[in-house]
Amino acid sequence: MSDIRPGADAAPVLRMESVRKTFGGTVVLRDVNLAVAPHTVTALIGASGSGKSTLLRCANLLEEIDDGAIWLDEQEITDPRVDQDAVRRRIGVVFQAYNLFPHMSVLDNITLAPRRVHKVGRSEAEEHARELLDRLGLGAKAVEFPDRLSGGQQQRAAIVRALAVRPRVLLLDEITAALDPELVGEVLSVVRDLKDDGMTMVLATHEMSFARDVADQVCFLKDGVILEHGTAQELFGAPQQEHTQRFLRRIVEAGRL
Amino acid sequence: MTVVKEESGQDGSGDDPGTPRGDDGYVPSQRRIEREAYKRARARRATAIAALSTLVTAVVLYLIVVGAPGWPRTKETFFNGQYAREALPKVLEGLWLNVRLLLVCGAAVLVLGMLIAVARTLKGPVFFPLRVLAAAYTDFFRGLPLIINLMIVVLGVPALRLQGVTVDPVLLGGTALTLTYSAYVAEVFRAGIESVHPSQRAAARSLGLTKRQALRHVVLPQAVRRQVPPLLNDLVSLQKDTGLVSIGGAVDAVRAADIIVGRSLNYTPYIIAGLVFVALTIPMTRFTDWVTARMDRRRAQGGTL
Repeated sequence: MSDIRPGADAAPVLRMESVRKTFGGTVVLRDVNLAVAPHTVTALIGASGSGKSTLLRCANLLEEIDDGAIWLDEQEITDPRVDQDAVRRRIGVVFQAYNLFPHMSVLDNITLAPRRVHKVGRSEAEEHARELLDRLGLGAKAVEFPDRLSGGQQQRAAIVRALAVRPRVLLLDEITAALDPELVGEVLSVVRDLKDDGMTMVLATHEMSFARDVADQVCFLKDGVILEHGTAQELFGAPQQEHTQRFLRRIVEAGRL
Repeated sequence: MTVVKEESGQDGSGDDPGTPRGDDGYVPSQRRIEREAYKRARARRATAIAALSTLVTAVVLYLIVVGAPGWPRTKETFFNGQYAREALPKVLEGLWLNVRLLLVCGAAVLVLGMLIAVARTLKGPVFFPLRVLAAAYTDFFRGLPLIINLMIVVLGVPALRLQGVTVDPVLLGGTALTLTYSAYVAEVFRAGIESVHPSQRAAARSLGLTKRQALRHVVLPQAVRRQVPPLLNDLVSLQKDTGLVSIGGAVDAVRAADIIVGRSLNYTPYIIAGLVFVALTIPMTRFTDWVTARMDRRRAQGGTL
């Protein structure tokens, strides 16, 4: 790992060491090592089924790993004695399918965790939520129900929901994959703004040009292995591995880079 | 997995077929006018056919029943106006007991059913005995015929002569109803809980909510909303089964009819009691239909509820 990324010398927010994960007999992650420095963006790229989403789900303890270890702020969170709920409170997740709660207004979706988990008062939680909604251009949608919003609006609301608990790191799992092409931009620009604000993020994505522009570190996964990683320039400019080269060539041929 | 269509659920107001003229000076074409006239004519024809076939059916049924060799006797025993007038006030008086039973048992069933359903979905080794008990409970009471359950509780409990335990047939009958219906309703709730997509739970847990909080704030509200139609269906069923408490001697609508029948050997009061129950369940059934239709409409609009 090179040291040109900002904050690379600081202790990593999220660190994975020799992580292994299997589903039944299938190995989904194999010997995964990853360090995410504070205020940096890490992009996970690779074909569908390469393990990007599983890596994120493991990092949030939504999946239990088979071997290896994961640290959040130097605390080993894969230790079975750790309070998993407390760990998840420090990690925000945005899902591909938004996963907003359909029976609650946008505002209630956002304030649920601050109020129930962090015991913030209703008015304070709502004030913070409205502030975030305004910033992401959703101020007028606070009292709407999710099914009244467009896909892009729903995904931005989901981002606000994840931000409302003031997480240490944000995990974004292919958050534009379910969106119509014209709505992708509005969501990605939110991610850019968050990067400018210094949010630490790990994102699995198929948007290669976006990954190239925004990521400090890019990891190419194939069959559950991080085959290659480096800065965006290194990985997109001069990929070392043959698999990476072939993958990127296909992306270019598809006109997506 | 919610695939949300763009611009879904925009009410569909604005293109009401009754008001063809929009604000853009649109004038319906001759083609449209002809098309709609044809549709109207077809609808009128369908209504006429329906009315005619209903009339024919009614006449045929009437002739069959009235022409039956035993009809005069049957009419006298089952449809006697004098006994009907005598029975109606008594039956209605008894019906008040059925209504109260419905309200109290209905509430108890919803609470108990929910507790059992939640107990069955609890994970973790601590809850193993609770899970097994809840499963055994639903298996047993769903299989046990209600009438047997009623007889055991209403007749068996007083026979024990326990100190401080009621022998009131209404209370015991209500208990038996609650036992059986809680098992049904628990299964309805459990189906609802399991129908909530795991991604909803994952989203809740990812926000740091505990299992319990995720269940309470995310899973159960969605589960209950989805299960309103089948729950109302069970309540309609409970409503008429309150008539069974009469086997213990409680004077409800059925028992009130029974008393007159026993005295007069005329069955008209049974017919009256039956009609009164039907009259009571019809609004409930219509309400269930209305709720179901409304939810289907929401879903059709792209809502995920």
